[in-house]
Parts: sequence; structure tokens; C-alpha cells
Amino acid sequence: MPENYIIYFSYIMANVIKLKKGLDINLKGKPSEILLTGGNSTTYAIIPDNYNGITPKVVARQGDKVKAGTVLMIDKTYPEIKFVSPVSGEVSAVNRGEKRKVLSIVVKPDKENQYEDFGKKNLSSLNGEEVKEAILNAGLWPCIKQRPYDIIARPNESPRDIFVSAFYSAPLAPNFTYLVKGLENDFQTGLDALAKLTKGKLYVSVQKDFPLTLKQAEVFEFDGPHPAGNVGVQINHIKPVNKGETVWTIRPDDVILIGRLFNKGVADFTRLVALTGSEFAKTGYLKVIAGCEINSLIGGNIQPSQGHVRIISGDILTGTKATENSYLGFYDNQITTIPEGDEVHEFLGWAALGVNKFSAGHTFLSSLFGGMRKEYALDARIKGGKRAMIMSNEYDKVFPMDIFPEYLLKAIIAFDIDKMENLGIYEVAPEDFALCEVVDTSKIEIQKIVRNGLDLLYKEMN
Amino acid sequence: MKALRNYLDKIKPNFEEGGKLGMFRSVFDGFETFLFTPNTTSKSGAHIHDSIDSKRTMTVVIIALIPALLFGMYNVGYQHNLAIGTNPGFWSTFIFGFLAVLPKIIVSYVVGLGIEFAVAQVKKEEIQEGFLVSGMLIPMIVPIDTPLWMIAVATAFAVVFAKEVFGGTGYNVFNVALVTRAFLFFAYPAAMSGDKVFVRTTDTFGLGTGTIVDSFSGATPLGQIATATTNSTVVTDALGNPLSWMDMFLGLIPGSIGETSKLAILIGAVILLITGIASWKTMLSVFFGGIITASLFNLIGTTSGMSLSPVDHILLGGFAFGAVFMATDPVTSARTERGKYIYGFLVGFMAIVIRVLNPGYPEGMMLAILLMNVFAPLIDYYVVETNIKHRLKRAIKE
Repeated sequence: MPENYIIYFSYIMANVIKLKKGLDINLKGKPSEILLTGGNSTTYAIIPDNYNGITPKVVARQGDKVKAGTVLMIDKTYPEIKFVSPVSGEVSAVNRGEKRKVLSIVVKPDKENQYEDFGKKNLSSLNGEEVKEAILNAGLWPCIKQRPYDIIARPNESPRDIFVSAFYSAPLAPNFTYLVKGLENDFQTGLDALAKLTKGKLYVSVQKDFPLTLKQAEVFEFDGPHPAGNVGVQINHIKPVNKGETVWTIRPDDVILIGRLFNKGVADFTRLVALTGSEFAKTGYLKVIAGCEINSLIGGNIQPSQGHVRIISGDILTGTKATENSYLGFYDNQITTIPEGDEVHEFLGWAALGVNKFSAGHTFLSSLFGGMRKEYALDARIKGGKRAMIMSNEYDKVFPMDIFPEYLLKAIIAFDIDKMENLGIYEVAPEDFALCEVVDTSKIEIQKIVRNGLDLLYKEMN
Repeated sequence: MKALRNYLDKIKPNFEEGGKLGMFRSVFDGFETFLFTPNTTSKSGAHIHDSIDSKRTMTVVIIALIPALLFGMYNVGYQHNLAIGTNPGFWSTFIFGFLAVLPKIIVSYVVGLGIEFAVAQVKKEEIQEGFLVSGMLIPMIVPIDTPLWMIAVATAFAVVFAKEVFGGTGYNVFNVALVTRAFLFFAYPAAMSGDKVFVRTTDTFGLGTGTIVDSFSGATPLGQIATATTNSTVVTDALGNPLSWMDMFLGLIPGSIGETSKLAILIGAVILLITGIASWKTMLSVFFGGIITASLFNLIGTTSGMSLSPVDHILLGGFAFGAVFMATDPVTSARTERGKYIYGFLVGFMAIVIRVLNPGYPEGMMLAILLMNVFAPLIDYYVVETNIKHRLKRAIKE
């Protein structure tokens, strides 16, 4: 067969993976694709709690003058993992809590925003080690995470493969195709850099009609409801993680940061953040620098539909509850607002016909009136009491991986290491269980259990 | 509603730890969450949650049980009227049955919930809803003439030893309602089988007095099969008229209170399947297992039991009731999807085997489900093991 026939053939037979399990939740407040103004934060901060798998050691002192890219904090075990200031200015505070735990390192920005110069680099002349060093030095290493354990990648290990999910599928999530507009070059450079970090392959998963043609990467197309965009789900379908193997993952926004480092020679943490959720007067995107105050993103944009408002840094399934005084999470590219709901007292809620109730099951009449296709404005109530696991097959329906989520979860609760390994603990991250938590009749805090399990297991194995 | 909410908020401090009535905290909490959906908001993980909770789940099961319960009440009156040869009309018949069944429901709930409340209080936990279903099932799976004190003793035994010692709802190995029935069956066999207990021949609170007609026999169809001396499979009603499949389907025949009407059970099954609360996989496999097994016995056909057709088998006794409401209990049945097929099939298989081969037990459904409750974790173990093997193999291959 002539060669271009083979190419054509493989083009038709493109890697398409269809997922049936999962759940798309249609919520009010999807981000409109417009650029809003705002995002001038009076302070910026590095929050150690944003990162998993590190022990922070502060190297900056209050009063230090810093540039964007100056090291503020390192990891004790792997001192080459650096956490840098996102802006130039002066370190205004190192806040500590109980047992002197570092809560935040705050930088007050100056006007001009100067960058540390890491030097433009031509990737084709660099080897893997040099690429790694460049990323470490510029403080972009925390962008790279690893499975197992869902922690910041250990720089001394060599990953089997690297996976990037180039779309977000969570409810209200930003549209990556919009985020990457104008930054296509940085994105490709970032992929080029990542491809050098592994002897295996760089896999990029996209949605149908993704506009870019990507080089250096094996592209898979995923089709199906959330969590199709979760990199863990994609790994499970493309090439699952076995015991003893390590793969690295990185969010697509962070690929852009890495590309920018090589193209411009600076650690520039500017990114688009989506304002989403039912309580925003205006949804859209804001151009901000990572680590900014949430307050600066919201301004007067909140329009409460009822009582208190919950502000979430991140998406509605995995984000962290924030206050107006807290900072945008390092990995977050979205702020979500929903009603808190703590003032709602629903009379005999269990007996209601429930024409307007949100439920993935069919015990409320809403399943006959639009069901999950209807747009909901949901509050943060858990809507029930915590119980032992009662219903079966609830988690499986929203867990599109070759894993028994209920049994894995029970093994984690019992902390039975052999069972956890056997049942696939090395392949999962808390975010993969987020939908299980949403649909759970027993209202178990599943993501928390998985996170604690992973952390404990890491301690046990290292 | 607002006044009620304000009142609850006003008295709530009394029930908190250290309050005047602190010892009733769980009970207060139980009633409060019953009246108002808790307004607790998520503290970790996902910020939104499905509206379903265990109260809703249990409510759906209870709704699904109501047709069978109401029909059972009517049938109690109907069988009684056959026995004394009167026909006082629909409402009198129903009221007779209602009054006969109501005390059983009350006893079962008072004893079971009493224990649940006490345990929840001691363990300082929320009251769990599991018994709302068990407490409704118990009166439906006993003969009408079971004395109340027996129900009280058996319920207490089951709740304590089949549930609370294992850790409460969600941790029990055996179906609680069936343990109640098994306790009654083995502790008081005379009150649970034979031809004297399934039809009430005496009055209820003074209603329905009369003398028994001569041709009356209170044996259940399966009882007749078990004691048959020939291999004839003709079963009769309380007055000796042969029963058609339609009679068995509609359910005006002697039997435990809730089990007789297949029509009412079918309505319940539809509710459970549409809402997705019960697994169609389990339910279907039970019927499938029963039909296959009965057909095989038909090929041998040397006794009355072996000759009974598969349709008779599933229309008689507690087979359908067990398949729809008891085998599908998510806690005690198999929890893996493939396991549900195996579990269900074996329940159906065992039920027919016990019915046919053991004349001492005319009805095999109870023992079949309890037996398979024991094996459900084993079935799941092997299903999960295939996933584990598959994962290990994957690791070795690469």
C-alpha cells in the first residue's frame, strides 16, 4: 500500500474513544465567551495547601524584593521543586498557622511587573534533562502531576508516558478551545517540551472538532459525558497505569505556561479564568495572573439569587470553598458561584413529588419533566444525612474506568494496601470520584476519603 | 411551616449535648430531619449533591409495598368471609382486614424503631431509615393469625442480632425482615405453617363473628401440594373450588398477608424498576432461575411438587413477593452487576428446590434468600477477583 494511503487510512481510523458512563450536569451560569475587565489584585499569594505531595520550606523573607519567577518556597524532600512569585514586588507577609504551618506567602505587586530572565530556548537543541531543569528553575514544575498518588511529579523519576487532557468536561467548565485562542504557538511549544521529558509517548486527548493540529503527540478523541475530560479516565482507556509505573499529567492551561517559558524566557503566570455559576451577574473570562485575590475577580459582579453565596475556586465538583479574601488556587482557571442554601428549610423534602428536583436517578418526578437535560441552579446543600453505603451500582454508572469504585473505596476506608493496589488505587485521583459523590444516596465524602487514602499510601510506600 | 420551623429552632438547644433533654438528641434529630430536609452544606469535595437520600429511597420502597399491603388487608377479610360463609360487602371486608393487620404493623414498627432509636442514641448517631422498610415487610410476610407478642419477640431478635450487632443499616448480612420470619418459623413452627393460621376464623375486635362452614379448609395452595399423596397439581381455594392461574394472579387465596396478589406485587415491581431503586437484573434472574428449575423438575414429575408447572410456582406462595421486594434488597444481595445475575438465579433455583424436595418446607423462598444472603459476598468476591486478575495480567504482559 502506498504510504499516503496508510496515512489516510489512519486518519479515518483516528483514535476515537466513546464513553457511555458518566453524567453531564446542566447548570445555570455557563461562561459566555467574552473577555471581562478586572483582575487587578492588590496582593498575590502562594498557598502551600494548593499542592499535594510536598513539604513546604519558605526561602523568602518578609520585605524581600522579588520578580516574577523569584523563588519563594521549595520542597524539603525535593529542593529542586521551586515555587516562585507570580508577580514582581515585595514579600509582604509569610502567614503561619498552628504548629507553624505555612498558610500563605503574600507578595504585594509593584507597578512595572519585572520578570526573572530564564532565557529564550530553542527546544530542538535541548535534551530531556535540560528541559526538566528549565521547567524546575522557572517554578513551573508544580504544574506537572503524577499518577500514582496524584501529587506533584517526582523530578528524579522518569515517566512511562505523559498525558494531557485538552478539554474540560465538568459542569460549567471553561472551554479550552476558547482559552487557547491566540496561544496556539505556546501550547505547541509546551507539548514539544513535554515530549522530551519521557521516553514513552505524549498523549493528548481532545474533543471532537478540536481546531488545532498537534505535533509531537499522539492524539485521542474522547466522546461522552463528564468525566470524559478527566485525564485519569483517559489514561485508563488509552494505556492504564500498572503497579510500579509512573505517568505524568498536566492541565492544558499549564502546557501554555511551559511553552511560554521556552518562547519568551519568562515565568509568566497570566491565564484566562472563567467566571461561572448562577450567582454571577455577568459570566465570562478574565485575564489574570495566578495567585490573585478572589475579590479582584469578583468585584461587584455577584448577584445573589437568595441569601448567602458560596464562592468556589475551581469547578463545582472538585474546587475549594473560598471566601472573598482568599486567593485563586494554583491549578484553577475558574471561579464558580452558587447559592449556599444554608437558609433553606425544605419541609418534608423526602416526600415531595419533586418536579423541579435535581436527581440523576428516577425517584423524583423531575425525571419525567426534562430530567438531567433541564438547566438547574443548585445550592451547596448535601440534601440528606450521612449513611453507610446502601445502594449498589450508583457509583459505577458515573465511573467510566475499568475499576470497581465501591470496592476500591472500601479498601481505602479499611486501608488494606494489597486490596487497594489490586483494585486500582494507582490509577485514580480524587477528581475521578467527584460524580460518585454527587449522586451518592449515602452522602459519603468520597473525594476526601480518596485523597487521605492516597496520602497515607504514599507515606507508607516511601 | 415557618411556625413549625421556629418552634423546632426554639426547642433545639434542649436536645443538644448537655441540654436538658440531651439524652433524646438522636430522636429529636430524627424527627427534625423527617420534617425538614437537613440544610447542611457540603464541607469537602463536590459542592452540589443529588436530591436523593436514604429517606427518599426507603419512601419509594414503602410506596411500592402499599398496593400489596392494601390488597392483603382486603384478602384477609375476604378469606375470613369465605370461612364463615358471609359476604358483608367491600368496605366491611376491607375494614375487617385492616383492623386485623394494623396491630401487626404497629407492633413491628414500635418494637423495631424503638430499638433503632435507642441504639442511635447510645451510639450518638443519626437514626437510620432502613427499618422503615423492614417494619413494613414484617407484617406482610407472616400469616394473619401470628400472635402479636411473637412478632414483637421476633422483630426484636432480628433487629438486634441481624442488624445492630453488625453495625446497623448498610452493614447487615441478612435481610432483617426475613430473619424475623425465619425466627418465627423455627421458634414457633405451629404458628407459622399448617392449615390453621393463614385464614382468620375468629372475629377481630368483635367484628365478623360467625361459625366456620363445613367445607372450609385453610390450607395454602403450596401446603396442599406439599401434603399431596398423588402427583396431581390441582390446588383449591378455602372452599375446595379449583384455582385458575387468574385466581392465583389476582390473589384472593390463602397465604401470608402481602404475598397473595401477583397483580399488586407487579405494580410494586413496576414502581421499583422505574425509579431504579431495585435492580432489574436481580429481579429477572430470580424468575428466570425459578422457571428453569421448575421446568427441569417437570421433566421428572414423579411427585405433585415436581409436576407443578413453572407458572404455578411463580404465581403461588411468596416467590413473586420475595423476588420483587426481598431478593432485591441492595444491602444483602450481590452488589456487583454480574453478581446480581448469579445471585438472582440461585435464589430462584434454591426456592424451587426447597419447595419440591423438602415436604417439611412448603415454601422455599425465605430460606433461599437467606441462604443466598450468605453467598452474596462470595459471588461478589469472584466478580471483583476477575477485575483484579485482569489488572495483574495487564501488568505482567507489559
